[in-house]
Amino acid sequence: MAARTLTINGTLISARSNETVLEAAREAGISIPTLCHLDGLSEVGACRLCLVEIAGSPKLQPACHTTVTEGMEVQTDTPRLKAHRRAIVELLFAERNHICAVCVASGHCELQQLAVEVGMSHVRYEYLSPDCSVDISHARFGIDHNRCVLCTRCVRACDEVEGVHTWDIAGRGTNARLITDLNVPWGEATSCTSCGKCLLACPTGAIFSRGSTVAELERDASRIATIVAARNERW
Amino acid sequence: MATASPREVPTDQANDKRLKILEATMKRHQYRADALIEVLHKAQELYGHLTEDRLLAIAHSLHLPPSRVYGVATFYHFFSLTPQGEHSCTVCLGTACYVKGAMELLAALEAESGLRAGSTSADRKLSLLTARCLGACGIAPAVIVDGNVTGHADPEVMRARVRALLDEE
Repeated sequence: MAARTLTINGTLISARSNETVLEAAREAGISIPTLCHLDGLSEVGACRLCLVEIAGSPKLQPACHTTVTEGMEVQTDTPRLKAHRRAIVELLFAERNHICAVCVASGHCELQQLAVEVGMSHVRYEYLSPDCSVDISHARFGIDHNRCVLCTRCVRACDEVEGVHTWDIAGRGTNARLITDLNVPWGEATSCTSCGKCLLACPTGAIFSRGSTVAELERDASRIATIVAARNERW
Repeated sequence: MATASPREVPTDQANDKRLKILEATMKRHQYRADALIEVLHKAQELYGHLTEDRLLAIAHSLHLPPSRVYGVATFYHFFSLTPQGEHSCTVCLGTACYVKGAMELLAALEAESGLRAGSTSADRKLSLLTARCLGACGIAPAVIVDGNVTGHADPEVMRARVRALLDEE
C-alpha cells in the first residue's frame, strides 16, 4: 500500500493511501470529534462533526469520508470549525428532549461528552420539544426516542454486524423516527434477535437496558422496619 | 436470487388483477432489491395507497428487510400509507408559485375544506395535497384538481371548486 504524506494542523504525517483523514489523524494522535462514526461500521458522514478544512477547497469536508491525498493540508481545529461544531451540537440538543439529569446514559453519553468538548454552555436555538414516545415492549431493552440523535449507528450495527436489519429510519426531517420492522413496537419485531448490538452502538441513552432507568430504580424503604421487627422478634 | 419466495396472499385478493400486475412488475425487475422504488411506484399507482400487508409482501419478494421498505415508503412524499380521497387537490408550492401567492391560496383552501395540507377529509371525499414544483412555472400559481392542471389559480375560484367537490353527492 502506497504511502501518502500530508500535513494535519501543520504537522507532517504519513498515512496509507486508502486511509481516511480521520484514521490518519487518529494515528497521529490528533483527535477529531465524531458522533455517527463507529469503528467497525461503514461511514455515513451524517453528523458533520468531523468536518475539516482542506487547503485549496472552499468547502468543508467530513474527515470520516475523505481519503488522504499526497500533499494534502488539513486543519482540524480552526475557529470556523469550532463554531460549526458547537452549532451542530446545539442543534442536536434542540431537536429532541435531551434531559441529562434523568438519562440512563448521563456520564457515559457521547452527546454529553461532545457538548463538554465543544464548550456548549447553553443552546442558542429554540427547542423543538417534539412529542416522542418511549418503547419498552422489548423484554430486555427499551428505546427512548427523546434521546435519539438519528446517527444510525444501531441501524448499521444491526445490518452489518448482526446481519438482520431490524432497525431503519422512517419519515424525513423532523418527523424522522427510528423504527423496527414495519414500524411495530420493538417487542413485536420478529426479525430482532435480541443480540443487543444496537445497545452497544448507541451513543446516547436512546437504547437502554430494561431496569437501568431512573424510574425503575425502586427502593422499598419499609424493608428497614421489617428487618428491625424481625430482629426484635428473634432476640 | 431470481426466484420469488412464496407469499401469503389474503384470499380476497388472490385473484385480484392488480396483484398480478404488481407481481409482473417485480418479475420484470428480476426481484432485484434496487427495484424497490419502481415496485412501490407501481403499487401506489395500482392501489392508491400502500398498506402494511402490501409493504411486507414486497419486502419478502425483493428479499429486503421490512424496516428498509417502510423507511423508503415513508421518506418519499409520492407514497402514501393512508387511503387517498375520491378527489384530490394539489397546490404547487414551488418557488414560482410561492412568489405568486401559493401560500395564500393554500390557506384559503385549508380554511374552505377544514383540512390541513397533506390530509384527507373524514368522508374520504377530498385529499388536500401540496407539491414542490410541477414544472409549470409559467402559469403560476398552479393547482391540480383530479389530475387537471389549473394555471393562474385564483383563491376564490379554487375555493368554490373545492366546495363543489366536498358537497358532491
